[in-house]
Amino acid sequence: MSEKKNEVSRRQFLNYTLTGVGGFMAAGILAPMVRFAIDPVLKATSGSEMSPVVDVSELSNEPQRFDWTIEQVDAWYTSDVTKSAWVYLDDNDEIVALSPVCKHLGCAVNWAGNSDYPDQFFCPCHDGRYYKDGTNVPNTPPDAPLDEFELEVKDGTLYLGNPKPRGEA
Amino acid sequence: MLQKIYDWVDERFDITPMWRDIADHEVPEHVNPAHHFSAFVYCFGGLTFFVTVIQVLSGMFLTMYYVPDIENAWRSVYYLQTEVAHGQIVRGMHHWGASVVIVMLFLHTLRVFFQGAYKKPRELNWMVGVLLFFVMLALGLTGYLLPWDNKAYFASVVTLQIAEGVPFIGEFAKTLLSGDPSIVGAQTLTRFFAIHVFFLPAALFVLMAIHFILIRKQGISGPL
Repeated sequence: MSEKKNEVSRRQFLNYTLTGVGGFMAAGILAPMVRFAIDPVLKATSGSEMSPVVDVSELSNEPQRFDWTIEQVDAWYTSDVTKSAWVYLDDNDEIVALSPVCKHLGCAVNWAGNSDYPDQFFCPCHDGRYYKDGTNVPNTPPDAPLDEFELEVKDGTLYLGNPKPRGEA
Repeated sequence: MLQKIYDWVDERFDITPMWRDIADHEVPEHVNPAHHFSAFVYCFGGLTFFVTVIQVLSGMFLTMYYVPDIENAWRSVYYLQTEVAHGQIVRGMHHWGASVVIVMLFLHTLRVFFQGAYKKPRELNWMVGVLLFFVMLALGLTGYLLPWDNKAYFASVVTLQIAEGVPFIGEFAKTLLSGDPSIVGAQTLTRFFAIHVFFLPAALFVLMAIHFILIRKQGISGPL
């Protein structure tokens, strides 16, 4: 009796075979399509490219806004995209390049954009403020310091890459 | 585990009669290739459906990259063919499947015709089948334009000239299809895309539903 129980019936065998073959066919059809759909997630992100922005001799202790243009390849669409940075020399004459994108909701911040705070970055959208080193002023909307660009100096020219977020203020 | 989930749903939804009604029915001996090998001719309808499912799936995935715009259509197709993983396979499935589905449809039609399976009470289903055939041909025709290469463009120019050749309403039909009385361009491509991706599939699904419900209602035609 117990031996009989373990036997696979004809119906069960056919059910398993059909499910197996059907599953194999479905997988064969769906696998390339799913791989096709998730390709953007799996594509290796191209390493950041450094673009020449400005001659180092133009920099001062006062943050200045510099714009530069990169060629952005978006799948089948290539276009010129303008980026900007606030660049200055800190007390040790080290170059600091801050992203102008406010960490609150992404508006563009301006140095001394509000006459009440002449030595801070100011965001006109919701009165967000940052100190000169990019740290957000407590009790204003932003909850993180401004991103800092990857930078390098070659032959007296400043090259900037991608903005990188910093740790908590 | 699976059985438990099934039981849980079945207890509340009573799905067993539903799927039994769809999937669990006797296949008569004269339709079963295990009994008479020549019964393989009964497979063509099912194969048509199978290829149609592949067409729907691969088409859905292709629209993730394709753009129906004269500036970008060709470039997006080129991009998905050359840059996206398995792009050649997915577009290849849609490209070759479009031909295979017509072949299967034709073989299915031949079987029904030469077996006289279209006779009363199945004439209505034959008519629905003919409409399905037209919808499928129209799908092939509208899809042909979408890559927006030279072959696609001039094939569509010819198509539109054929439409123009229809007596009395020709000019009207051509403008309706191409979106412009004289230009085959931006509006033609978007129209063909909309027809290919929304209007015709909707018609296809409705007709297929009727086709299948009628088969189940009337049963398969008897042996010759």
